[in-house]
Amino acid sequence: MISLAGRDILHGWGKFVLTGMGLGLLIGVTLSMAGVYRGMIDDAQALLDNSGADLWVVQKDTLGPYAEPSSLSEDAERPIRAMAGVDRAAGVTYLTMQIAHQGKDVRVMVVGAEVAQPGEPGQPPHLLAGRRIVQGHYEAVADVKTGFAIGDQVKVRRNTYRIVGLTSRMVSSGGDPMLFLSLKDAQEAQFEKDADAIVRQRARTTSSPMLNPPGNPAVAEAVNAAQASSTNVNAVLVTVAPGADADAVAATIRRWQRVTVYTRAQMEEILVDKMIANSARQIGMFLVILAIVSAAIVAFIIYTMTIGKIREIAVLKLIGTRNRTIAGMILQQALGLGLIGFAVGKIVATFWAPFFPKYVLLLPADSVRGFVAVMAICALVSLLAIHAALKVDPAEAIGG
Amino acid sequence: MRIALPQSRRTLLLMAVLATLMLLLGFVAVRSGPLAPVKVTVVRIEERAITPALFGIGTVEARFTHRIGPTAPGRVASLSVDVGDRVEAGQVLALIDPVDLDQRIAAASGSAGRSAALEAAAASQVADASARLALARSEAARGEELFRGGWLTRAALDQRQQALAAAQAGLAAAKANQAAASQDRSRTGAERAALQEQKANLRLVAPTAGLIVRRLAETGTTVVAGQAVFEIVDPAQLWINARFDQTRAGGIAAGLPARIVLRSRLETPLRGSILRVEPVADAVTEEVLAKVSLDAGLALPPIGELAEVTIGLPARGRTLALPNAAIHRIGSEVGVWALRDGDLEFVALKLGAEDADGWVQVLDGLARGDQVIRHSARPLTASSRITVVDKLP
Repeated sequence: MISLAGRDILHGWGKFVLTGMGLGLLIGVTLSMAGVYRGMIDDAQALLDNSGADLWVVQKDTLGPYAEPSSLSEDAERPIRAMAGVDRAAGVTYLTMQIAHQGKDVRVMVVGAEVAQPGEPGQPPHLLAGRRIVQGHYEAVADVKTGFAIGDQVKVRRNTYRIVGLTSRMVSSGGDPMLFLSLKDAQEAQFEKDADAIVRQRARTTSSPMLNPPGNPAVAEAVNAAQASSTNVNAVLVTVAPGADADAVAATIRRWQRVTVYTRAQMEEILVDKMIANSARQIGMFLVILAIVSAAIVAFIIYTMTIGKIREIAVLKLIGTRNRTIAGMILQQALGLGLIGFAVGKIVATFWAPFFPKYVLLLPADSVRGFVAVMAICALVSLLAIHAALKVDPAEAIGG
Repeated sequence: MRIALPQSRRTLLLMAVLATLMLLLGFVAVRSGPLAPVKVTVVRIEERAITPALFGIGTVEARFTHRIGPTAPGRVASLSVDVGDRVEAGQVLALIDPVDLDQRIAAASGSAGRSAALEAAAASQVADASARLALARSEAARGEELFRGGWLTRAALDQRQQALAAAQAGLAAAKANQAAASQDRSRTGAERAALQEQKANLRLVAPTAGLIVRRLAETGTTVVAGQAVFEIVDPAQLWINARFDQTRAGGIAAGLPARIVLRSRLETPLRGSILRVEPVADAVTEEVLAKVSLDAGLALPPIGELAEVTIGLPARGRTLALPNAAIHRIGSEVGVWALRDGDLEFVALKLGAEDADGWVQVLDGLARGDQVIRHSARPLTASSRITVVDKLP
């Protein structure tokens, strides 16, 4: 047996399906916007997850290494490694920069990580293709979003690096894909000056009588050597031993090494609440407005759809159809429309998500929430439509 | 019937549209987002020959660098060679201004002449004293004979004997004078020789045949003692001062073959071998230092040029191996995600040497033919659902 609603839908099924699809595209945009918001938060989380650290040791009184510049000497990790409760510690450098590749610029975050052992904090946790860095120099692992392929040669500052592996979802909090180098290479990229600057610095040193005293030519050489080398890192990533309390370990390091230490929760707060707070709120605000507008449009469509059928409803009333049946028909149609709209929206959002330049995360929980909201709006609006339909005078069927 | 047919066709069409939509929705819900299975590629554990390699960088250096400079401060008077010149052992490279050295030599010569004259005078004095002594001796002998004959008084004899003793003392004094004069002559001679040596030392001479690589002072420059004016290297004796990461440098030893790529000649790698591993490592950069010698037949590269050195360590023979992309660390254990009956299982491993292509020797934990996850689209956990594909991404 086919229901009244079904019969009505069949009567103008093309229009019904097309309306549903239009609605679906709108819902798709709303879901995508939610995905953009979630993606933004997730980028920040991914940065923390991928570093594999429980604690971040940074320069004293800075919010480093992601939110503020921070600089520690490379050997700062040694005493930390020896502290109780610390499992592993590794220096890491981060530097966002522009790399020219095949005629266009790619913005990347250059990460320097210890490569000697697999699984040291700071290394990419998984690979899509290729291998990990084996040589201590001139090899790189890139996020697939950089567009680099295995075997490509990319130039970072003075040196050329060969891409040996690809990974995914390795992004900075701003969504820039990462390029992993060995720590020494990355230090060179970050701290070493370009050749021109070094030459000029040498000339400056030579012309200063204090740094280049007459009668002792060795002093200038020593000064130049001291200026050229740098063994700093931006942060030391620490994993705590199983069973150790991260907060307690952080407190110990803070107390005895006189550096600033952040736990995962604090780092998350810095990234999510401080760094991306404004842009996330911006997107969030837009999402709220979009959701309200979508709800209003869904409501109008269903309401006008019912009003468009007011004459048929009058006829139904004239032939003695019960109010319950009419109300049921309108409700079923509204819910059907919502269902089609949601399905189309979910499908299109999923299919166009990968084309966004930044990560779009469509959470199943968000989809469920969206589904419930769509259905609730449809049901609510159909009440209005039912009210209008039930008020109609059966005489209109013959009157008009 | 004629009305019913389009009606059912419409129903069918609508159903078809709805069914497609639902199928797509289902596909999307299961195949995308966090619930979707993780795409992975697998690798089967096989035996491979692992030839570990060690990668380092270094700079081209001369084995011996001779820094030629004066031993005393002075002003550079003239330079006779320039950078790039080849010099022979003993060739004069530069002269330092002698200032007053010539005058001092002249003065020393003068005093040497004077000493010689004084020595000659002393010799005549000795001759004079000897003559006096001979006269006194014969007079004393004659006096004794006359005294024995009673022809001479005792007082006169005593006088003659006293004259003899005085003549003897006079000779001794003259001889001592002569010795002193002769000592003085050799002293002034030595002084003059010393000044002449000093003057010779102002000529900067190549100690060995080689190539001038640096000219650090020009005419008129005042140089301090020990400051280099020229640097000479032997271009046939170049080596590479290479640095290797300490964590991977186990097994490095003298005699191992090396592949050297100079920065200016990326396309033509050179052959060489480790000459010696330095007993002292660099504690600041945490690197092991080694000297790598180049095989003969190399045109001179710029000293100081960057070189990449790949050392071939002894091969480990055929052994179970896996690609390093498969290795993960969970907690304190290093291992791989093994595929066992379609399920993921983290297997802790003991790993050995790694070669330059990223293959790692498996010492314990896996058997031949075991399948492990090589690449994955996302990090894996024990509860991850997976789809095995041939290639990612």
